[in-house]
Amino acid sequence: MQKVNRLKPFFENIAFEREDNHMIVNFGPQHPSAHGQLRLILELDGEKVSKATPDIGYLHRGMEKMAENMIYNEFLPTTDRMDYIAATANNYGFALSVEKLIGLEVPRRAKVIRMMLLELSRISSHLFWLATHALDVGAMTIFLYTFREREYTLDLIEDYCGARLTHSSVRIGGVPLDLPKNWIENLNKFINHLPLDIADYEGLLDQNRIWKMRLEGVGIVTPEQAQSWGCSGPMLRGSGIAWDIRKEEPYELYDEVEFDVPVSTTCDSYGRYKLHMEEMRQSVRILKQLIPMYAGTSPEIMAHAPHYISAPKEQIMTQNYSLMQHFVLVTQGMCPPVGEVYVATESPKGELGFYINSQGDPYPYRLKLRAPSFFHTALLQEILVGEYLADVVAIIGNANIVFGEIDR
Amino acid sequence: MMRQYSDKQNVQKKPYYSDRYFVSPQIPKEAVESDDVFANDVKVLQESFEIKEAYIQRGQLVVYIDPKDNVDVLTMLRDKLSYNFLSEHSAIDWLAKSGEFEIFYQMLSTSKRKRMRVKCFIQEKEVLKSVIGVYKSADWAEREMYDMFGVIISGHPYMKRLLMPDDWFDHPLRKTYPLHGDEVAQWYEIDKIFGKEYRDIIGPEERDSARVDVNDTYRFAHLNHEVPFGAEPSHEKTNIDYQEEGGVFIVKKLKKEDAKIVKERY
Repeated sequence: MQKVNRLKPFFENIAFEREDNHMIVNFGPQHPSAHGQLRLILELDGEKVSKATPDIGYLHRGMEKMAENMIYNEFLPTTDRMDYIAATANNYGFALSVEKLIGLEVPRRAKVIRMMLLELSRISSHLFWLATHALDVGAMTIFLYTFREREYTLDLIEDYCGARLTHSSVRIGGVPLDLPKNWIENLNKFINHLPLDIADYEGLLDQNRIWKMRLEGVGIVTPEQAQSWGCSGPMLRGSGIAWDIRKEEPYELYDEVEFDVPVSTTCDSYGRYKLHMEEMRQSVRILKQLIPMYAGTSPEIMAHAPHYISAPKEQIMTQNYSLMQHFVLVTQGMCPPVGEVYVATESPKGELGFYINSQGDPYPYRLKLRAPSFFHTALLQEILVGEYLADVVAIIGNANIVFGEIDR
Repeated sequence: MMRQYSDKQNVQKKPYYSDRYFVSPQIPKEAVESDDVFANDVKVLQESFEIKEAYIQRGQLVVYIDPKDNVDVLTMLRDKLSYNFLSEHSAIDWLAKSGEFEIFYQMLSTSKRKRMRVKCFIQEKEVLKSVIGVYKSADWAEREMYDMFGVIISGHPYMKRLLMPDDWFDHPLRKTYPLHGDEVAQWYEIDKIFGKEYRDIIGPEERDSARVDVNDTYRFAHLNHEVPFGAEPSHEKTNIDYQEEGGVFIVKKLKKEDAKIVKERY
């Protein structure tokens, strides 16, 4: 039994003594391969994991509580800090749910710009995933290549909104800015080159013996498990279930663009790796179709709804009534109708849902953030059992979890 | 003087201005019959369970059930009505209004491409049955709900706090819990590491990360003249009107000592 004192507090889950082949290992919360503050209590039988207990909450900032104390527009930059690898996806999920709540239609140009940003952040997120996952598994080179291309996506987003990581580039009711000069040309250059880069990554990894040995047959998620544990995104499609919210419940203009939903039936980490690669190609395909769509739109980028959305800046500066509306919307906040809404969007990690219960106040009465990584981390306690200790890191990396959105 | 009234039941931020003539619009609730799939779902559910209310809001079915039926309703939804996902599950705090929690289960059917919400009300101390046997995704959702609201769940194999520390006091998402934490939260680290008697010695936590102490020379961002780490703070004047010979021109012939501070405008 441990001797407990103030400097050595009692950890009920950790046994410091070991008997025969059984051992309990505390993994994290500070571990470079945990992709955040994940603490795993692993019970080992020799080299194999016999029980895994994930422990989270080390990055808990109480975003749902904060949301209850903020007006809707105030909360939008907070959502950046959820999945900070693809911040636009969070901004968008929140903006869309508030738009659904107040029943707002966004101008077409804003939709195109939003989709461009969403797909760029999907590419950026997948590149980041590949980089860190490969680094965890031991493939160092790929990290440098993918980060180079990720820089280009960040540069494009920086060019658009000035921020690289926490964009807040999607607003409730539209987007704040039109695309800058030469942006489309730069985007074109990037998306024309990216498929070649993806081919490079695959050339490095696809037939790589070590990569295959570390990933094939590791981290099996059966379709039953994936459904029961509420998996979504690549974790779900990696188990052979073709469910992409962009395709099945299209939002924005996803019903007007052509893209395929890649599915892997191998249920293992290698299949999910191939899936991520294919998803990036599909994002490039969507971006290519968006460029001509952008040219054919009228220049409005914010919805016209004076009760909820401020007028454009020029109008505020020139028209008295718009200025008054703007003043009220900034100081008091918009008051959406009474009711509730749950809106799910396909973030790079899976189904990102926002449940908002509004009582007609400028503050949401209850806001629940449904983060895909939260459910994928819960799944770890089942899929890690029976795996080798060395594969734990590979599985965590492959699950593509980000702690900003798990702990919220 | 009268003490200012504050609502103890709900300490969350309130609008400082209210228009008493403003009537909030409602999001329309459509009849279940307007959608064939949902109408059938509700019909099948009604045969076995008591449905208190059912309507469609923003394209999603909302069904109110008896909290005692929750496991059976969800089992039926999964097995007979092919709702194969429990995407989200949490609670809403109505304790101030009616002493109840509103529990919601957000369901998804990938084969029907439909989403629905199963809801029920429970009293504050009422025990809710765990649905982990039906959907495993309820595992952490229920733990988080217990952690954040104190909803008591029975039948969960590992009911512990999820996000907050195990020895945390109170449930942070309740409306009675202030945004910046209560007194226990404020002294949590000091009480735990040193003991309550050290509260006076150590003092309250400095929550303003931008605060700079003039006399603190242990931190990097201290003020005044540079001194070694931890030394007494120096009040020596720092010469700032320095102009390098041939360097970048700053201000021509400014002598700070000669500057006059005007007491009064004239």
